[in-house]
Amino acid sequence: MRPGAQLWIGAGLSAVFLLAALLSFAWTPHDVTALNIADKLKPMSATYPLGTDHFGRDILSMLMVGARTSIAVALVAVGIGVGLGVPLGLLAAANRGSLLDEVVMRGNDLIFAFPSLVIAILITAVFGPSALNAILAIGIFNVPVFARVTRGSALSLWTLDYVLAARVAGKGRLRISVEHILPNITNLLIVQGTIQFSLGILAEAALSYVGLGAQPPTPSWGRMLAEAQTMIYTNPALAILPGLAIVAMVLGLNLMGDGLRDLLDPRVRRARG
Amino acid sequence: MIRLENLSVTIHGAEILSAVSLDIAPGKVTGLVGESGSGKSITALAMMGLLPHGSTASGHAWLDEGDVLAKPEREMCALRGNRVGMIFQEPMTALNPLKTIGDQVAETLMIHRRTTRREAMEIARQRLARVGLPADRFPLNRYPHELSGGQRQRVCIAMAVALNPELLIADEPTTALDVTTQAQILDLLQGLVAEEGMSLLLITHDLAVVSGMADHVAVMQAGRIVEQGPTETLFRTMAHPYTRKLFAASSHQPARMPQAEDTALLCVDRAVRDYATARIGLFGKPGRFRAVNGVSFTLHRGESLGLVGESGCGKSTLTRAILGLDPLQGGAIRLGGQEIHAGPHLDASIRRRMQVVFQDPYGSFNPRWRVERLVAEPFHLSDGRPADMRDRVARALDDVGIEPGAMDRYIHEFSGGQRQRIAIARALITNPELIVLDEAVSALDVRVRAQILDLLARLQEAHGLAYLFISHDLSVVRSVTDRVMVMKSGEIVEEGPTETVFAAPSHDYTKALIAATPTIPADWQGEQHA
Repeated sequence: MRPGAQLWIGAGLSAVFLLAALLSFAWTPHDVTALNIADKLKPMSATYPLGTDHFGRDILSMLMVGARTSIAVALVAVGIGVGLGVPLGLLAAANRGSLLDEVVMRGNDLIFAFPSLVIAILITAVFGPSALNAILAIGIFNVPVFARVTRGSALSLWTLDYVLAARVAGKGRLRISVEHILPNITNLLIVQGTIQFSLGILAEAALSYVGLGAQPPTPSWGRMLAEAQTMIYTNPALAILPGLAIVAMVLGLNLMGDGLRDLLDPRVRRARG
Repeated sequence: MIRLENLSVTIHGAEILSAVSLDIAPGKVTGLVGESGSGKSITALAMMGLLPHGSTASGHAWLDEGDVLAKPEREMCALRGNRVGMIFQEPMTALNPLKTIGDQVAETLMIHRRTTRREAMEIARQRLARVGLPADRFPLNRYPHELSGGQRQRVCIAMAVALNPELLIADEPTTALDVTTQAQILDLLQGLVAEEGMSLLLITHDLAVVSGMADHVAVMQAGRIVEQGPTETLFRTMAHPYTRKLFAASSHQPARMPQAEDTALLCVDRAVRDYATARIGLFGKPGRFRAVNGVSFTLHRGESLGLVGESGCGKSTLTRAILGLDPLQGGAIRLGGQEIHAGPHLDASIRRRMQVVFQDPYGSFNPRWRVERLVAEPFHLSDGRPADMRDRVARALDDVGIEPGAMDRYIHEFSGGQRQRIAIARALITNPELIVLDEAVSALDVRVRAQILDLLARLQEAHGLAYLFISHDLSVVRSVTDRVMVMKSGEIVEEGPTETVFAAPSHDYTKALIAATPTIPADWQGEQHA
C-alpha cells in the first residue's frame, strides 16, 4: 500500500468514528437508555438501521455512544501518558547519568515489569469499577512508554551542534529541553500517541468486557460484546457489530500512525524519493 | 579501457550530468575534481550502474567493448566488484560492524569466483597484507571497531581490489582522514595502480591531492567537464576560468593585518581533562583517559591563534572546556581575569564575551526556528531582550553578507556557505571579544571557504575580535593566523608565530604534519599569474 493511501484510509476510518462520537452528544437515532422490550432483537430495518438488542435498544445508537466512551477513555489515558511521561523523559535526558535519570528510568522498568491489564483489573477491583478508574489504570501504563520514547530521541538531539550552541548562549537544561528538544521530537510523539491511542481503545474494551470499565447504562463496545455472548448462536449480529467497530477503529488508528510516521520522518521520505 | 561518451543523466527531470566524455586509461590515475554538487559522484555511480531511482541516463559508458548503461542488472552484479571496484569517503560506515575483516574481504571473492572459504580467506590474507595489514599484526578475525579510520579504509581498499578489477573508483577516499593517514593511503593507492596495472578514478575536491596523484585531470562544474588534460599541462595553462577560480580559492590568502594587542584575553593554565573509559568486565573499575594533559597558553586581544592537530589529539575536548561546557580536572581557564568553570550557571557576563562557530553548517541550527530567532538566541545572555533586537539581528546579518530579509525564513532554505555566515552572525550578536572557530570552514567548498575566510578577516578588523582557530587543515591555519599551536596526544608540542613554525618546524610531529600535507608544485603555478 502506498504510504499516502495508508494515511488517508486510516485517517478516514478514525474520522468516521470520531464524527459519530461527536454527533452522539447532540443526536442519536434512539435513546440508548430507554428499554423497549416490545422491540427486542429486531433485525435491521428503516427504524432500527442495525437492529436492536435483547432490551430493545437501538444498536446504531449504542455504537455511537460507545465510540464516545472508547475515545474519551483512550484520549485521557494518552493525555496522562504524555503529560507525565514526556516531561519525565525530557528531564532524564537533560540530566543523563544523574540520580534523577536513574530514578525515572528504573521507575519505568518497574512499571513495565507488571502485566498492565492485570494491574488495571486490580485497580478497578480495589477502587470500584468505573470509567474513571479504567482511564487511570490505562493511563499509568502509558507513562513509561512516553518517557522512554522521549528520553531515547532526546538523547540523540543533545549531541547536536545547535544544542551546544544554545548551551554556549547560556541557556539552562530545562530551557533547552523546551525550546530545542521538544519541538524536534513532536513527530515521534504524535506517532507514538496514535499507537497508544489504539491500544487504549483495546484496553478499554477489554476492561468493559469483564465488567470493570464503564458501568451500565453507559454503552460501551466491550460490554456490548460481553452481553451478546449468550446470544452468539441466535443473534450473531449483536457480537459482530461491536467487534467490527473495535477492529475498524484500531486498524484505522494503526494505519494512520504508520502513515504519519512515514510522512513525518524525513529519513523514510528520502529513502522513498 | 573505460570510456564515457556523451553521458547525460537526469534525475526527476533535473539535468545532473550533461554530455560528459572522459577516457580512463589503463594503469593510470585519472583525477576528477569539482565542488560539491558538480556531479562527480553521480558520474562514478553511473559507471557502476548504481544511479538512484528516478534517474534516466543517455550516452554510453564503455567498459572494453560492452556498454555498462545497456547491461541488465544481473550482468551488472557480476561486473561490480569483479571488474570495477569502488571505495567511499567514510570508512566508518562502509564496513559491516558485525563481520570480521577477513570475512568481508573473502565475501567478494566467494560471490564472484567459486572459491572455497578456505581459498578465499587465503586470498583475503594476501590482500590485507598488500594494503598494509599483515595477518601477524592484524589477524583476519579482527572486527572493524578494533581498527582506526585509516586501517578501515585499508580494509575497504583490500575489498575493492580483491578481484584485481580493471577499474578502481575512489570517491573522496581520504577526505575523512587525517593528513598523515591521507598521505599513507594515497601512497598505497599509487602503489596498487603501478603494480596491478589497473586504472584509478580519483574523485576529490582537493586540487593539491590531484596534482600529486593523477596523470590526467578532468575539472567538473555543474554536471559538465569544463576542462581536461594531462595534469601538469592543465595546471600550467588553466585554460578555463572555472579552473583558475578553483585554483585561486584553494590557495586563497585573505588580506589581513596583524592587530594583536599585548593584553592577555584568554589564559589557559595547566588545564587537565580526564574522561572515564568503559569498565572492563562487569565489576571492573572504569579507567581514566587523559584527553588534555597540562595545556597552558595565552591568547591576546585581537589575535588569531591557530590550534592544529589530528583527530583524537584533544583539541575538541580543550575547546569544550574553554567554552565552559565540560569541567576541568586540574588547572584553570580565565577569560579576561574571570575564571571559567563548567556548569549551567556559568556567569552570563563571561559567556557573553565568547562565542563559537561549529563545523557542520547543517547540524548547527534548530530546523524549526526562523533565522531571526536563531541569530537572536545568544541575547538570552543579556538581561532581557533588547528593544531593538530585530534591528540588531538585521545588522549582524548585514555584517556577514546575508540580506536582512532572510530573517523570516527557515534554515533549510540556505546553502552550506550561507548557513555558516548565519552561524557567524549568531556568534557576533553579543559583541564578543573571542570567537572560537571549531573547524568552521572544513566542511565548505574551496570557493565558499575563501569567501568565509575573507569575511572572518574583515570582521576581525572591524570588531577587534580574537579568534581561536581550530583546524586539521594546515594550509588554512597558515593563511589566517598570527600564532599557531600544534597539539598531539593531549599536549601542545610546538607553539610559535605561524610563519616561523611552518617555515622551520622544530618538533618532529610538526615536521611530519607539514610533510604530509599535499601541495601543488610551486613552479606549476607560474603561468597562472601571467
